[in-house]
Amino acid sequence: MNTGTLINGLITGIIFGFLLQKGRVVRYDKQMGALRLKDMTILKFFFSAILTGMVGVQILHMLGIARPLILPANIGANIIGGLTFGLGWSIIGYCPGTSLGALGEGRTDAFWGILGMLFGAAAFAEVYPKFATSILTWGREGSITLPEIMSVNPWIVIVVFIGVGLALFRFLEKKGL
Amino acid sequence: METTDNKAWSPYVAGSLTGLVIIVSAWIAGNYFGASTCFVRVSGFIEQLFSPSKVATMDYFKWFGPKVDWQVMMVLGILIGAFISSLADGSFKVKAVPDMWAERFGPSPVKRSAFAFLGGIILMFGARMAGGCPSGYGLGAMVQLAVSGLIVVMCFFAGGIAFAQIIYRGGGSK
Repeated sequence: MNTGTLINGLITGIIFGFLLQKGRVVRYDKQMGALRLKDMTILKFFFSAILTGMVGVQILHMLGIARPLILPANIGANIIGGLTFGLGWSIIGYCPGTSLGALGEGRTDAFWGILGMLFGAAAFAEVYPKFATSILTWGREGSITLPEIMSVNPWIVIVVFIGVGLALFRFLEKKGL
Repeated sequence: METTDNKAWSPYVAGSLTGLVIIVSAWIAGNYFGASTCFVRVSGFIEQLFSPSKVATMDYFKWFGPKVDWQVMMVLGILIGAFISSLADGSFKVKAVPDMWAERFGPSPVKRSAFAFLGGIILMFGARMAGGCPSGYGLGAMVQLAVSGLIVVMCFFAGGIAFAQIIYRGGGSK
């Protein structure tokens, strides 16, 4: 890991944090607003980022400029862990990335949340060997992508995502969420 | 409660620009977004101060050992970026209890801090079991059309929405 990579990470994070704060998505009220289906600001931000990122990253992959790094599908752990995350998320009202942003804009409750997250990470490291032979082996499908399992061109999947995303945005704006 | 917030950017604009940052970081650094792995690294670093021999034998820290990498710096950058942005537009505010929380659960900072701590533990435990958080699975995996990303992001929201309904049942009108 060289210094250039670290500086690149820091600059990327500063821009990301700037945009998260400008979009006001780092706040508890916005995060909980989405989970309570009252204010979908974070969903608009999140999907705008994903849809834009999808197109560019796909081009980079096609041109061989960037190598894909696909997190494997471990379906059992993905579902159980994902729902457990949801429980914690509904209590803390920050996610790991935005908790740092919330602290950055002066929300001191995020500090205790971050401390809790560090404990949670340490606790998982502690029990990992037990899960490694149980939940983490359920539904191990490897680094699969949607176009692969559907045997279609990636652009078809991207066009569908964009279509669904735009319909969702339109719906949210109509409902004033 | 802030009623007007003229300095905020449209979430569509801020989100799309974030998408461009995702593309550029894949291009230049070959890295995809993620945030929860670095919590493992930092927790390993702290634990190492107390019992280095134990940390050295733990499998999970062999995978995600205590070290400073691109992601640790990126997450640190989020703190700095949000600080700069909030100072620049005057939205920086030292606040221990969020408005919506106070309305439902009262203004006690101790209570809010305790629940933020508890929620943080549960959330990170879940994130590590799932293999990542909204940054890693949403902004990192979904942009690459990964099956894992779609499953996990749906579970994050399904779990979060379901539990939020329970927690806020009967209170918090706004």
